[in-house]
Amino acid sequence: MEESSVQQAHVHAPPEGFIRKHIFSLDHKVIGKQYYALALVAVFTGMILSWLMRIHMVWPAAKIPLLEHISSAGAPGGVITPEYYLSLLTMHGTLMVFFVLTNAPFAAFGNYFLPIQIGAEDMAFPRFNMMSFWVTFTAWAVLMLAFFIPDGPPIAGWTSYAPLSAVGKDAGPGMQWGMSLWGLSIALFCIGSLLGALNFISTTLDLRAKGMTLMRMPLCTWAWFITACIALLAFAVLLPACILLILDRHAGTSFYVPGGLVISDRLQAHSGGSPLLWQHLFWFFGHPEVYIAILPSMGIVSHILINSMRKPLLSSKVVIYSMMSIGFLSYMVWGHHMFLSGMNPMSALAFSFPTLTITIPATVLTLIWLGSLYGSRLQINSASLFALGFISMFVSGGVSGFFLAQPSIDIYLHATYFVVGHFHMVMGVASLFGVFAGTYFWFPKMSGRMMNETLGKLHFWITFVGTYCIFMPFHYLGLIGNVRRYQSFVDDYMQPFLGWHKFMTIAALITGAAQFIFLFNLIYSRFKGRVAPENPWNGTSLEWSIPSPPPWNNFGAKHPVVYHDPFQYGVKSSRGDFVMQDSPEQVARASGD
Amino acid sequence: MSSTIVSTVNPQANALSPPKRAAAPAALVYGHERASSSGIWVGVFAITMSFAAFTSALFVREGTTDWGHLTLPSVLYFNTLVLLVSSITLECARQALEGRRSEALEVAQKASAWVMITLLLGIGFCAGQFHAWQELRAEGIYLATIPNSSFFYLLTFLHGMHVLVGILVMVYLAGRLMASHTTFRRSLFSNTAIYWHFMTWLWIYLLLLCRTKL
Repeated sequence: MEESSVQQAHVHAPPEGFIRKHIFSLDHKVIGKQYYALALVAVFTGMILSWLMRIHMVWPAAKIPLLEHISSAGAPGGVITPEYYLSLLTMHGTLMVFFVLTNAPFAAFGNYFLPIQIGAEDMAFPRFNMMSFWVTFTAWAVLMLAFFIPDGPPIAGWTSYAPLSAVGKDAGPGMQWGMSLWGLSIALFCIGSLLGALNFISTTLDLRAKGMTLMRMPLCTWAWFITACIALLAFAVLLPACILLILDRHAGTSFYVPGGLVISDRLQAHSGGSPLLWQHLFWFFGHPEVYIAILPSMGIVSHILINSMRKPLLSSKVVIYSMMSIGFLSYMVWGHHMFLSGMNPMSALAFSFPTLTITIPATVLTLIWLGSLYGSRLQINSASLFALGFISMFVSGGVSGFFLAQPSIDIYLHATYFVVGHFHMVMGVASLFGVFAGTYFWFPKMSGRMMNETLGKLHFWITFVGTYCIFMPFHYLGLIGNVRRYQSFVDDYMQPFLGWHKFMTIAALITGAAQFIFLFNLIYSRFKGRVAPENPWNGTSLEWSIPSPPPWNNFGAKHPVVYHDPFQYGVKSSRGDFVMQDSPEQVARASGD
Repeated sequence: MSSTIVSTVNPQANALSPPKRAAAPAALVYGHERASSSGIWVGVFAITMSFAAFTSALFVREGTTDWGHLTLPSVLYFNTLVLLVSSITLECARQALEGRRSEALEVAQKASAWVMITLLLGIGFCAGQFHAWQELRAEGIYLATIPNSSFFYLLTFLHGMHVLVGILVMVYLAGRLMASHTTFRRSLFSNTAIYWHFMTWLWIYLLLLCRTKL
């Protein structure tokens, strides 16, 4: 395996044949694009599920065409049942968190650009890399299968809390085979992610080009590296959690299911298990997962802002150390998801403190971005707009975290839409803004063609305004006590909030529709876009030193030598106001770094 | 053949000796020898983390009312010995590989013999573990009988699966060593050795855990 990996990375011939080139490819760039494509399919599926949920919430009797053909039990006559609403909720969360927020910013862009940015020909273990994608793809296929079995998708939510997730069909529709498919899918996803993380870490540690010291790596490379370290720990814990869940469901063990439990009037044949155990294991993964989603976007946004401002950040070292501290602290805070679980109030306090501590590196990062932007002549394009949008979402969504980190406030807010608004903005949309920024920025390199800027800016403004219209009301609704996970609000005390919900639904439909502008731009530009030069943004990092799109062995069998950090902007050089990392030219910086 | 990257077992020259490695051209400095060695440590770390998760699950589960007691089958101690000896025989293979004075072909033959012995001991360990399960089954103790037995079967099964992966790699390694005309990468041996010793230590840890907690 390793010998062949060496040969693949060094002495191998270009891949031949369609299957080797495009399907079971060992090329990190193809694998990166495969991850991107999978994330694209998952994000549009997840978005359509959220449309269905939003429509059902405010118009519960609405007949949705074609839905009956997917699930005759879940949507008889096209009308979504309350249980099917929960199925949609579960699938939306699982698709978005695992197959979009983990795959797109980390696995897709990381696979494509990490080896290039450090001057390597490929990942350290190309075969593991190929396996990691195909295992992840299988995980996605297994999850999607849940839509098409008679049982339907599970209704346990993306967190799949035990004991209901561990007992089988008594827990409701979708909880027999649907739930098992979910468990299998996530276990597979863990294996895929572990293989990916292993590759990212080894590649970064060992395959850097000559002169590419750790501190000369671009900030997004750092972000992917730190994310890989987090992912290695996190998925190594979620995998055991899933194994225990599958054993409880199919082998009669009692890891999670307590004794004497009666569900649907039936005594469950289990004894002594601990439902809290699932929550501990799950959130030990779950909180770091939030940073697996957001850290790559932080890196991508830093990378793009430096390029668009044509000057370095106030301190790139502090950015790296802040990302490291966020990664480190992410392992001490999982209990803040469990303030309502009945754990000891003292431990709630112990989890609250490091949670609030995370706001320090997060604030430092924000201040560095804003401080660097102050007085800079930022070039406005789709990529930099989405980078700015990321900061906006990160701050708006992050501020509500201050409230939720405190147990006394969280007890009131935890089961409300406040939390939904919080994590959608800070983890979901912010991370996706990083992905959009990265797409507009790197598309020329990946495809050899430029994306359409007008469509890009239109996409940004509708998405930016639309996102605030959808998610800010969530916070207000939460504060006035609107509980989450309910399927509709038309027939109870929440009736007065219905206007808000209708507004949010319409905003979600419009914002979602705007994503088709992006999809159109992506496909149209791929074939009809203006041909991209090698370095369209005058960037300094190594990906801009090779043709667009790069050849199969990245640097054409040459080993690049690195002379500078990637922050050499705002200088006077023979090429303009920047020096490429692999250029031996020595220049003095006009203003202090 | 591809001498820039791999250390070669070559009947004509003693290519396995360390001085040859140090004199390897720049392609080696580029990083691949090290890449695979950091990879194995990252893998070891991930496996450690998974078993740490199982351990914490055991600690949580231990505090509940239906926690019983499991008398470990005594064959486990014999298995432990077998696994320990297999680690030693693998080190003998390393010694043989690093023997500088003898001919490369002889080195490869000697090393592959030790690897084969290690391999057989590994299979012996797995068979012994299977025997332990049979003993428990004969006593009517199955996976779901008591939480203690759940953990016992789970931990021994997962460790056994990892050992099986090690055995498969070892089969490949022995094949490579015996076919001495093909290339053989030193890092493949050292990585397998790291993994195998890790499996031994992991088993000793698991045995202590089972002995004290179950």
